[in-house]
Amino acid sequence: MHELAITVIGPDRTGIVADVAEALAGVGANLTDSTMTRLRGHFTMTLICTGPTVDEATDALSTLGDVVTSVRSVAPESDKSDDGDPYVVSVHGADRLGIVSAVTRVVAAAGGNITDLSTRLTGTLYVIIAEVDLPSGSADELAEQLAVAAAELGVEVTLRRAESEIL
Amino acid sequence: MTAPVAWDGPAGNVLPVVTAPATVLSTVGDEVDPADPAIVQLAADLVATMKVSPGCVGLAAPQVGVGAQIFAVDVTGHPKAATVHGAFVLCNAKIIEASRWKAGREGCMSVPDLTGDVKRAGRIVVSAMLPGSGEAVEITTDAFEARALQHEIDHCAGKLFLDRVAGAHAIYQRKVYL
Repeated sequence: MHELAITVIGPDRTGIVADVAEALAGVGANLTDSTMTRLRGHFTMTLICTGPTVDEATDALSTLGDVVTSVRSVAPESDKSDDGDPYVVSVHGADRLGIVSAVTRVVAAAGGNITDLSTRLTGTLYVIIAEVDLPSGSADELAEQLAVAAAELGVEVTLRRAESEIL
Repeated sequence: MTAPVAWDGPAGNVLPVVTAPATVLSTVGDEVDPADPAIVQLAADLVATMKVSPGCVGLAAPQVGVGAQIFAVDVTGHPKAATVHGAFVLCNAKIIEASRWKAGREGCMSVPDLTGDVKRAGRIVVSAMLPGSGEAVEITTDAFEARALQHEIDHCAGKLFLDRVAGAHAIYQRKVYL
């Protein structure tokens, strides 16, 4: 089945999620994976859905006046990654240009695949939390490389195993 | 207090494990009569199924499709375990004390593709009955065994770890399949 990738961004207000979801439900869209959050007062949604055509979804969302939307067709992808060990990277320090770029480049160079990442700027404090799948046995070396990059940036970084216990 | 609770009942049958969404996983289990031969058999089946499932440290009746308050646990050898009571089965278990709350990421055989951050008590006292004898026991435990007991007691109450995740960004695609 073909999938649609939809983004919706607008000023946060009560009911915005319900309005978007209702508009999409009205054209038979079945929301699968989605993430919705507030970024500096903008409400942002990124979601994958199945059901309607691009035009149907676009028309449905056009009734929402105060948001910016994009709708495009995407090929289904598998989101299973069976290789790699899950780790969490935390970075915090004084805001400056290029922290995300430098840190994620180090992770990528080590073969780490970032699966989730959030950043927040509050006052002058900048924070990155990233979920990363690392090739087996690469964590110690990456930790050293991150420490070097963090020292250059003047920020603190930690790399720790995202341990999960299966019960 | 360390009660002698280890399971020494009959050999059981390996049962298929139910995965979400399944109504039985979200249904409050019935209290059981620990002396009922069917319950003793179920206890044996839970132990047998737990033992053949790689990495499995606990299994509750709803996970084999039975809405009943009975579960098996065995955290022997787990690196995060401190107090260990071996393999045991509890009926009608209730948490009567809980402290040292700590967040941890956990997954479940019945939710095979996700894990989530869940706060659990690091020290608990549980009252329950042993299958067969019906003996009332109180188990004091900690660390990983405490987490396992809380997870299984939740199953018996129709709750999954998904009902307790810490927040909207606290569930994850599971990476490690045992």
